[in-house]
Amino acid sequence: MSKPRVATVWLDGCSGCHMSLVDLDERLLDIFGRADLVYGPLVDVKEFPEDVDVCLVEGSVSSEDDLERIFKVRERTKVLVAFGDCAVTSNVPGMRNPIGVQPLLECAYIENADINKGIPDRIIPRLLPTSQPINRFVDVDVFLPGCPPHADLIYTLLDDLLAGRTPEVAGARFGR
Amino acid sequence: MSTVHTLTIDGRDVAGNEGQTIMEVAEENGIDIPGLCHLPGLHDRGACRLCVVEIEGSPKLAAACVTQIAEGMHVTAHSEKLEDHRRAATEMIFLERNHVCSVCVANNHCELQDLADELRVTHFDLPRISPAVGIDASHRLFAIDHNRCILCLRCVRACDEIEGAHTWDVMHRGLETRVQTDMGIPWGESPTCTSCGKCVQVCPTGALFEKGRPVASGSKTKRPFLPWLRVHQEERGL
Ligand code: SF4
Ligand code: SF4
Ligand code: SF4
Ligand code: FES
Repeated sequence: MSKPRVATVWLDGCSGCHMSLVDLDERLLDIFGRADLVYGPLVDVKEFPEDVDVCLVEGSVSSEDDLERIFKVRERTKVLVAFGDCAVTSNVPGMRNPIGVQPLLECAYIENADINKGIPDRIIPRLLPTSQPINRFVDVDVFLPGCPPHADLIYTLLDDLLAGRTPEVAGARFGR
Repeated sequence: MSTVHTLTIDGRDVAGNEGQTIMEVAEENGIDIPGLCHLPGLHDRGACRLCVVEIEGSPKLAAACVTQIAEGMHVTAHSEKLEDHRRAATEMIFLERNHVCSVCVANNHCELQDLADELRVTHFDLPRISPAVGIDASHRLFAIDHNRCILCLRCVRACDEIEGAHTWDVMHRGLETRVQTDMGIPWGESPTCTSCGKCVQVCPTGALFEKGRPVASGSKTKRPFLPWLRVHQEERGL
């Protein structure tokens, strides 16, 4: 039997959750001895693959690109994990929600810019009106709150999922 | 001598004096009923509905902090149904304002965050309201961040009942409800505020805080001095 296929995705987050994943240290060898890492910021693969068993999604859905990606991820993933507070609640990226996109962009790219004042309209994806947790758009199988979730919790979660157990993530909570 | 009533809470035989609430009797007997607006020493307002319990023979859930005990009452304070209700109430509190624990002054010192943890609220099924509510940092020592306010009204009651200043009040209704200082003038211009800091001490969340505190450094320990102050004031006829 082939090994379970694990992917990680980085949407609108600070990469802190991925850093916490890397904090598994030598336990990474244990996890990725039992599973294949098939996609993510730590892997050089361009397209999100088919038949992913477990995918950890860091970050909220903030742009048109994020939205396209989360639908694709859901379609191709068996167990989708909302990985960290941004994915779970929209957390810090969601702090812009009461402000609105236009005033936000003007504040960042015009009022507070010293050079090249102007809102970028090419290359970077367009922002959605609000930044939302991923469960506003797709079904989520497991929620792992925390900013970031502690490496021990990530280990327990992956260990449970790879062993086919329903994950018990006691101790995961907002903030921290 | 006041009349003593005997009753059961979660199947345990307990007793209390007539006039005591279910919450008070539970507290005296070490039975934990969650609640965010109740604070010993302040008059209860029944604002948060987290303390709801089932009373045998009654079709409706009752708020333990504002329901008086009665002889022979059978109270259920913990059940699957009540947990569901409390989880839903907690979720609504989070969704009504903008809670971002990771960058909050009260991170890890917050009664709402603890409650979510305790009830295993790990996400929200409903969308956030994301209201544009402000911060008033005009006071020399303190600030209020309405993004984190849960409208428990502890500040209103502490300022009125303990300090006697009555600086805080409530304005508007429904989703527009806000606590305000002196009919809506900036806190820093309040002629009634004595800067005692009691409102800050009783606030269960990161809404009221001392200025200059970095993220996650708010101290929000329940203050045992409140009941003492109240008894003291009553004895002196204040
Ligand atoms: S007030 Fe409490 S629940 Fe709200 S953001 Fe701050 S720590 Fe989190
Ligand atoms: S500091 Fe004291 S007087 Fe001023 S609003 Fe708070 S409780 Fe009232
Ligand atoms: S400011 Fe704090 S104490 Fe006052 S109502 Fe809001 S949450 Fe409660
Ligand atoms: S503690 Fe009873 S309603 Fe809030």
